Amino acid sequence: MDNAVKLEVWGDYASFNRPEMKVERVSYEVMTPSAARGILEAIYWKPQMRWIVDAIHVLRPIRFTSLRRNEITAKISTQLVERAMKGGAGDLGIDVGNPRIRAQRAAIILRDVRYGIEAHVEVLEPERTAENENGNSLAKHLEMFRRRASRGQCFHHPYLGTREFPAEWALVESFGACPEELRGERDLGLMLHDVLFEPDPKGKVVESHRGTRCSATPRFFLARMRDGVISLPPLAGSPGGTS
Amino acid sequence: MNRYDFVYLFDAKDANPNGDPDAGNLPRVDPETNHGLVTDVCLKRKIRNYVGLKGGYEPPLDIYFTDGAVLNNKHKKAWESIGEEPSNNLPKDVAKARALQQFMCRNYYDIRTFGAVMGTEVNCGQVRGPVQISFARSVEPVVAVEHAITRSSVTNERDLEKERTMGRKFTVPYGLYRAHGFVNPFLAKQTGFGEDDLALLWEALENAFQFDQSAARPAGSMAARKLLVFEHDSELGNAPSHRLFEAVRVKRRSGVDVTREFGDFEVEVDRAVIPGGVNLHERL
Repeated sequence: MDNAVKLEVWGDYASFNRPEMKVERVSYEVMTPSAARGILEAIYWKPQMRWIVDAIHVLRPIRFTSLRRNEITAKISTQLVERAMKGGAGDLGIDVGNPRIRAQRAAIILRDVRYGIEAHVEVLEPERTAENENGNSLAKHLEMFRRRASRGQCFHHPYLGTREFPAEWALVESFGACPEELRGERDLGLMLHDVLFEPDPKGKVVESHRGTRCSATPRFFLARMRDGVISLPPLAGSPGGTS
Repeated sequence: MNRYDFVYLFDAKDANPNGDPDAGNLPRVDPETNHGLVTDVCLKRKIRNYVGLKGGYEPPLDIYFTDGAVLNNKHKKAWESIGEEPSNNLPKDVAKARALQQFMCRNYYDIRTFGAVMGTEVNCGQVRGPVQISFARSVEPVVAVEHAITRSSVTNERDLEKERTMGRKFTVPYGLYRAHGFVNPFLAKQTGFGEDDLALLWEALENAFQFDQSAARPAGSMAARKLLVFEHDSELGNAPSHRLFEAVRVKRRSGVDVTREFGDFEVEVDRAVIPGGVNLHERL
């Protein structure tokens, strides 16, 4: 595909949390397409385009480690904030020492990871105006992404699943070989493909760009890794994918 | 504000920099290499505590995630500064949610800096903060030393005749830790994280251990040693972070067999590999 990009990403740790094990987090064995899209979007994204991840290459052996941390279980209450805003005073803050809202949670995370992300851009709603004759062209988006990625620029620093595990990246022509132990075929089971956000006035998610409400539907796929490469089907239910 | 990347070096001498609740409070180590670890959240806690102390837990330097009792926060000042009622006249819930987020960002340093998850009843999503910190990892493998200690009094009267209670504590004889961090100008704009906040972040990192003394980390046992701040001269940045981090090399001084102090290490900054458009500030 001539609109394809290849990005190599790596880091000391990664955690692509399985949604079915959320309290004590357990990572998937490999990066999810959703996390890969997040990394691409951290470098470059515009509302007039979207990233489609085509394949994920696993370039290091899969190694886990565990980590236990003190965490809190409470969230900021919007009702209390409202009261404080209206009344001018209020009881805000979360007492992190309170054992009721403090939990020690273990996480099973990946260590020493390196992935190759193969993706392409799809252009939405092409807009051409007199001032901007190139409009919303595919070439523009790709060029801007490539320029940023090769200069080490990003909108926000990409991360490997969660923000404490920052990702380093490099734009490459081709990926290195997969490690010997990943040769052959391996079934990784049902994995999260991506979360589909659809406009819905009653939805629970507020989309940050337009500020409209969306409903979020997770989509899964059967992940098979062949010689370290996971090829991805189109996202089920998305406008460009199959349902 | 432009993009920043930073390298933070701190050390621990006869102290437990970050206990692992999974291993009976032993200092955290990477089990495969025995390098010591200090989690991102541990470092953020120190920053919160410093800013909280300095700002007196008052807006705009109030701290949301506090240690100890919930403080009865006064928001009168913040309320007066707004001068109007931000949410009441806005019809849509979404706008209201935004106003709530903005209110929290304005008043709380830690929400402005690190972000927070907000929303239990009305979903406001979350606030992503501009400052991201990685795990700190020791430059060399560390060993954890166990110390048996005794207590000469007992809790219950019936134990009076028994032997004295024995306890244990763990320390790292010496460890030099290195953490990496980022400041994102785009998210800074979203949360209102300004130049003053940035200056306070550097100050907090420089003084992170000054007010954090305890039995596990006695005064002087932990110290911030280097804070190298790479300032890009654009918002998007002028170099990949890893290349800047690789320019900072920390290694054992030749002739030193066992490292027991900061002087046993050499910190080299290879300025030749730092590209134009990036300024290095050696703050410590």
